[in-house]
Amino acid sequence: MNQANKTANVTNNIPFWHDPAKRGIVFQAAALLLVLMIGYYIFSNTQANLRRQSIATGYGFFGKEAGFEIGEPMISYSAADTYAKALLVGVLNTLKVSFAGILLTTLIGLFVGIARLSKNWLVSKLAQGYIEVLQNVPVLLQLFFWYGLFHNALPLPRNSISPLPGVFINNRGFYLPIPEAHPVYKWMLLALLAAFIISYLLKRWSKARQDLTGQTFPLFSSFLSLSIGMPLLVWLASGAPTGMDVPHLRGFNFIGGLSFSPEFGALLIGLVLYTSAFVAEIVRAGIQAVSHGQTEAAASIGLRPKLVLTLVILPQALRVIIPPLTNQMLNLTKNSSLAIAIGYPDFVAVANTTINQTGQAIEGVALIMIVYLIISLVTSAFMNWYNKRTALVER
Amino acid sequence: MEPAIISIPATEEIKPPITGIGVIGWVRKNLFTGKFNTLLTLLILFAIVKTVPPIIRWAFVDSLWSSQSQACKEAAGACWSVVTNNIRFILFGFYPYDQQWRPIAAIALLVGFIIYSHNRRRWNTKLLIAWPLGLAAMGIIMYGGIFSLPEVETEKWSGISLTLLLAIFGLSAAYPLGVLLALGRRSRLPAIKALSVVYIELIRGVPLISMLFMASVMLPLFLPEGITINKILRAQVAIILFTAAYIAEVVRGGLQAIPRGQYEAAEALGLSYYQKMRLIVLPQALKTVIPPTVSILISAFKDTSLVVIIGLFDLLKTTHVTLSNPDWMGFSNEAYLFTSLIYFVGCFFMSNFSRRLETQLKT
Repeated sequence: MNQANKTANVTNNIPFWHDPAKRGIVFQAAALLLVLMIGYYIFSNTQANLRRQSIATGYGFFGKEAGFEIGEPMISYSAADTYAKALLVGVLNTLKVSFAGILLTTLIGLFVGIARLSKNWLVSKLAQGYIEVLQNVPVLLQLFFWYGLFHNALPLPRNSISPLPGVFINNRGFYLPIPEAHPVYKWMLLALLAAFIISYLLKRWSKARQDLTGQTFPLFSSFLSLSIGMPLLVWLASGAPTGMDVPHLRGFNFIGGLSFSPEFGALLIGLVLYTSAFVAEIVRAGIQAVSHGQTEAAASIGLRPKLVLTLVILPQALRVIIPPLTNQMLNLTKNSSLAIAIGYPDFVAVANTTINQTGQAIEGVALIMIVYLIISLVTSAFMNWYNKRTALVER
Repeated sequence: MEPAIISIPATEEIKPPITGIGVIGWVRKNLFTGKFNTLLTLLILFAIVKTVPPIIRWAFVDSLWSSQSQACKEAAGACWSVVTNNIRFILFGFYPYDQQWRPIAAIALLVGFIIYSHNRRRWNTKLLIAWPLGLAAMGIIMYGGIFSLPEVETEKWSGISLTLLLAIFGLSAAYPLGVLLALGRRSRLPAIKALSVVYIELIRGVPLISMLFMASVMLPLFLPEGITINKILRAQVAIILFTAAYIAEVVRGGLQAIPRGQYEAAEALGLSYYQKMRLIVLPQALKTVIPPTVSILISAFKDTSLVVIIGLFDLLKTTHVTLSNPDWMGFSNEAYLFTSLIYFVGCFFMSNFSRRLETQLKT
């Protein structure tokens, strides 16, 4: 018998449970079967239960009248509108608080993270205290705390605190003056947009020129002057309207101007402070991850300190910072669902009311999950795209 | 011949200037370097002088510690009486009043275990076996039914006992599940891998609150008629399923950090998959991810507070309920500060522990 024959014989004699490939197929089939069986079990039980309790299924309730009011809707909404519109109002409220939260969190987190690294002992210890205290207390407790504080510490509308003329703070909310509606503001917005586009083109042109000739161009200052100057010019050209819509007391409450409810304020402050403590730690770790040799090397090839920061340190630190930062942004968005506990009408709160009124728990919870999954996927897709752009290009 | 001894005349020792050492030197170096830092320090000192004395006056000088609510409403300072008068309800909720030594005993046992296990040199197999036994003992002390202890239904466990129950059993059940999911995600079998990936990403994409809603309103629909599960257990299941996905991602990080050579060496020795994982890969991987696992424990501990929303009486809810008593309405700052302190102590201890472990494991 020759060698090849022997091997063939041995392979043929292996029982299938000793063959990794075949065993793998058996395992997978078993796992799939188990999942399918559990799925079927749940499905059939649910069907039986729904029939027994005569609960409707499907999303037919979307078109029905919701019959409940929602505080501070971003689009016009009344109790006579449909459930679909009520849920949309909820989604918009969630997006509003998440968007504002993400912006503020990034700014405060960056600031505290840099302060944590300050050579000034007092500054660094203060930043450390901020991080430790806020990270170690549950966010829901913080929301309750701020909500309670607003309710107990702030005065009635009649005795509002007015830190600046036109700005009022009381236990019904925060009121700010805004410019009166005027067509020029639309044009100013367009001018700003145009300034952004011009800046982008300038950036491409200056990069091409720098690659060719080595000449640099003051990009940042030109961006600033364009984006401030162009809207300002439009405003001046149209006669500089200065009419302001100032909030004023009527009856028991303020009307006019821009207003935020205490619920929104407590939610935003709670989420921002909690998340910014985590962002600060991420920023600190990111900056510390860039080795000191990089700073020295950059200085030794003659870069000025400002350029060392913008061309050497920050690009490398950002690479470390971005992935965990994305996670924190997603956490903030998901934590905004705690709004229901303090009565801000976010998506979960509206969906919960819908569940209570229609009794259709499965559809309601599924909707909550789908909406958050979509928000998560879109955010992480965007951050992944940004991460790829800043990632290290290796040979 | 003896070597000649050369004596060098002692030179006068020059001391560093007084402004460079000691307290003055430290202050100059850390607080007043440069114009900007000096300005910053002065600004902060000004802010501290302006804000700290009023806070101290509010919290300690003008405050009331054991008065009735009427006296509190007239006082200028903090009303800590809201905490001292309701302390037993805040901490133990509806646990029978005359039996409340039992949660205290269980928590003392837990604290004892934690303090003993705190030192990494004491980690061994005996301790690993002692932990489940200890947790079981705590459960028996709380539940009773034997040793002539009256039985206390889990529905009555509330306050800090419920918070600890949800956190500890949540994590101990989620941990093995998370390891399995991580192994599944790294598996070469496409169906197993796909199932794990879908589960992990799905759970990580939704808020815990939606899982809790699912447990409280959907789970009863999933079960056949006549079978009902206690509300606490349902929330516990949601917390376990949720935490497992996060643990899976942490463990996956550890698995990826193990060099390929380790896997290949194990295979070359002829170890089976289970032997390879149990003897070679997991011991190394799980050790490297101890610090992030502690972070997950911290967030699981904090996240148990979310059960407030589905109406369970954990530590946060008992505080909340105390404040809805008309006598104590309006003293939310004091009550929440007290509850925050409890959470803070627990989390701060854990995060310090994790930080120390991190430095120990790095070496």
